[in-house]
Amino acid sequence: MKYLYYPGCSLKSTGRAYEESMLAVFGALDIPLPELHDWNCCGATAYMAISELKAFALCARNFSLAAEQAKGDPDVSLVVPCAACYLGLNKAYRYMHEHPDLKGTIDKALQSAGLGLADGVRVRHPLDVIVNDIGLDKISSKVTSSLAGMKVACYYGCQIIRPYADFDDQQNPTTMNRIMHALGAKTLDWPLKTRCCGGSLTGTIEDVGTRLSYILLREAKLRGADVIVTACPLCQFNLECYQTTIGRMYHDRVDIPVVYFTQLMGMAMGLDAKALGLQRLISPRPVIKEAVPVQGGQHVGA
Amino acid sequence: MSVPENRTNGTPKIGVYICHCGINIANKVNIKETVDFAAKLPYVTVAKEYKFMCSDPGQELIQQDIRAGLIDRVVVASCSPLMHEATFRNATGEGGANPFMFQMANIREHVSWVTFDKDAATVKAKALIAAAVHRVSLHRPLEQTRVPVHPDVLVVGGGIAGIHASLTLANAGKKVYLVEREPTIGGHMAKFDKTFPTLDCSACILTPKMSAVRAHPNITLWTYSEVVGVEGFVGNFKVKVRRKPRYVDEDLCVGCLECIEACIFKKGKFPDEFNQGLSQRKPIYIPFPQATPLVAVIDPETCAHFKTGKCKKPCADACQPGAVKFDQTEEIKEVAVGSVILATGFKAFDAARVGRYGYGKYPNIYTSLEIERLVNAAGPTGGELKMADGRKPKSVGIVHCVGSRDNNTNAYCSRVCCMYSLKLAHLIKERTEAEVYNFYIDMRTPGKGYEEFYERLLKENVHFIRGRVAEINDWAMIDEEKGHLIIRVEDTLIGRVRRVPVDMVVLSVGLEAQPDADAVRRLFNISCSHEGWFLERHPKLAPVSTFTEGIFLAGACQGPKDIPDCVAQAGAAAAEALALIDKGSVELEPNTAFVNEEVCAGCHTCLNVCPYGAISYIKEINKARVNGALCKGCGTCVAACPSGALQQNLFTDEQIMNEIKGVMNHV
Repeated sequence: MKYLYYPGCSLKSTGRAYEESMLAVFGALDIPLPELHDWNCCGATAYMAISELKAFALCARNFSLAAEQAKGDPDVSLVVPCAACYLGLNKAYRYMHEHPDLKGTIDKALQSAGLGLADGVRVRHPLDVIVNDIGLDKISSKVTSSLAGMKVACYYGCQIIRPYADFDDQQNPTTMNRIMHALGAKTLDWPLKTRCCGGSLTGTIEDVGTRLSYILLREAKLRGADVIVTACPLCQFNLECYQTTIGRMYHDRVDIPVVYFTQLMGMAMGLDAKALGLQRLISPRPVIKEAVPVQGGQHVGA
Repeated sequence: MSVPENRTNGTPKIGVYICHCGINIANKVNIKETVDFAAKLPYVTVAKEYKFMCSDPGQELIQQDIRAGLIDRVVVASCSPLMHEATFRNATGEGGANPFMFQMANIREHVSWVTFDKDAATVKAKALIAAAVHRVSLHRPLEQTRVPVHPDVLVVGGGIAGIHASLTLANAGKKVYLVEREPTIGGHMAKFDKTFPTLDCSACILTPKMSAVRAHPNITLWTYSEVVGVEGFVGNFKVKVRRKPRYVDEDLCVGCLECIEACIFKKGKFPDEFNQGLSQRKPIYIPFPQATPLVAVIDPETCAHFKTGKCKKPCADACQPGAVKFDQTEEIKEVAVGSVILATGFKAFDAARVGRYGYGKYPNIYTSLEIERLVNAAGPTGGELKMADGRKPKSVGIVHCVGSRDNNTNAYCSRVCCMYSLKLAHLIKERTEAEVYNFYIDMRTPGKGYEEFYERLLKENVHFIRGRVAEINDWAMIDEEKGHLIIRVEDTLIGRVRRVPVDMVVLSVGLEAQPDADAVRRLFNISCSHEGWFLERHPKLAPVSTFTEGIFLAGACQGPKDIPDCVAQAGAAAAEALALIDKGSVELEPNTAFVNEEVCAGCHTCLNVCPYGAISYIKEINKARVNGALCKGCGTCVAACPSGALQQNLFTDEQIMNEIKGVMNHV
């Protein structure tokens, strides 16, 4: 089994903390996770909407590169942390298997770029890899400062489990909750864990997007969450960066830290705060500091 | 028995009759070309086409040609033998030939209905006709044997369908064995409070029938029992029934409840199955006051004596007739019956499978079957509908189609839920004066008085919101929603997403096949639909028959249906069984095995594999011999015989090989 890391654009920009913390955690777990060399855009929503073929060909190029760089290992997985990339690549993988005609067309497109079709490269989310390959026992054994006392709202968003629920329940996903339990934290029972965060609407029709974010933030606070944990760079961005705007719009205080699940993993495993990108968070609350004494480095809210 | 000769009565003269079946076949198969093709096949002396071969004039064509001496064998190329093999065999016989000098080619179900290209369909039809012609040229005259029909009937399942079928048969003077898995008969109907649309008390109309079953001299009632073995064939089934030990002697128990009173558990402790787990029972119990038979039963899973062996068994001491018997063991009963009626019912859909409706997660969310018990005066709350905190609900949401009309669970409509939801809406409003909301996709009220009942509910100010409920949870968006269950739904009539806060939710669960339906169908050798419902022989014209002669269906085991439909079907199944009994005998397919003594080496292989003991070894000549009266035509010996000495009538090796040759020569 070989893993190759597919970052996509977000993890190199707004979601850098996600990349830093995930790589740090995989490093601490001794799981090699080299980055896919020369990767390209996943096609995302824009391409899919205009030309599925082009979007699929873009995705398939990444598969071809992965097969090449796996150096003959037939069991190779792309580890894709961004929810949109994960869905786009996963969709391409499925369509290629379900529609042989499409596969042929994509193959031709790749050949013109001097590449061969690789339909065996699997698309995996880090939540899947951590829970199902690495295992929660190993995670628990690496915990040096337990998150006991911390109440976490696990927020999954939509794209990791919809429309394809490859590794978790579509209506009530639990992988992130189980990881949090392994770290010692309590998880919030809330029915909004897969409700929309606003997605790209925050950038287009802001008041519609922020309203959806507000619903999530308010409910997490009402139910006593110390922190919201996400597995998607856009969810994290929406929920964290608009807190001041939302507070003004709704005359309500919705300040609550919003972090990546890999950041909490790293903190529980005693990794350096800077290595986990904690200084990149703008959450204005010292909750994390209170719950988990992070050794050295800069700290949230510090 | 002697070796069949390849050719009887000289050179075969075969007549081929190709049916148009209106346009069913003629639109896809080039009939003219096919007739010309058939006319040139070996031994074919007559090749004709006709619009409807199954009609009287169609059959007359065959008979005339036989009488005129033009033919002595018949091939009809038309529909499935399941439809008309009997018709054409009969016509062949009426014409004066042996009925088994006939072969059918199925060019409708196997060709015109499934092959879309006309040329391909014609090629396929020709190949099948050639196969039939090749085969029939080797047919030989066979005689059918008649066997008497045993007049007793087995009814499996003691719900309303099984009860009604049993009583109908018993009243006609037939002896019935009614086998029920639970400790009492009554089924689901015994649990209901009222029935729609008349609001009759369910128990009041059911219990007289239950008592009648118990009292009827022609009915042998075996509750707490299961059928474990079925052998034989139409008219002559042998059935094994396992009577589970109830540790209480049915003949001695008078149903006085003293044993239950005396049990070391002073209060009920274990989930009461009859009340859907909403109350607790003791290890020794009677499911409900009108249980039939009114005999206690001990559950060994929970009884202290069986668990620890240390109980002083006060139940046994308290029983004056001495009916409590801890040493009772299971009993296997064997009975002979001529026909079987399966009335094994349904299972309510497990609401927890739709996680987003919060069943099992939030209090005050119930299934419809639980609500039936809660509004029932004989139920665990004496008919009072209360919330977990003891308050009366001020608002109740009834969610339709839970586990029905949903590709994630069951695609089909469960048929009864709209009506029972209306009934529950009425009862809830009557008992609590709550605001009641029905969330429906479509209201389906086809039935006598059903639409009128819906109309009545509209006038009773029950709310109807058209839309499938998205989710139910405790997430309050505004203060007014706090402390309520929130039903989120797209109201498709006003085109908006709505959030309806309620105190209590009723999930109207659909009907599913019994979880062991597949095992039961194997036991009785019948078919199931892919959802697990027992398959009727024909959806319109043989709705209570199965593909196995002598086995009939009644009630919801065949598909979701309400009480009137179950009763109607039970009556129909009883009538079918009566018709079979009154006919007195059945004709068997002459598909028995026989031994070619010239080839038989006397190796005994066939003797060991025959499940019916129909083969004997004749020592003097060192040959095996088949007793035709015992042989059931299963073909096991034919397959096992190492030398090919065993052959089976209607399926000789040469007939099958020639049939294959017919196909291969012409594709």
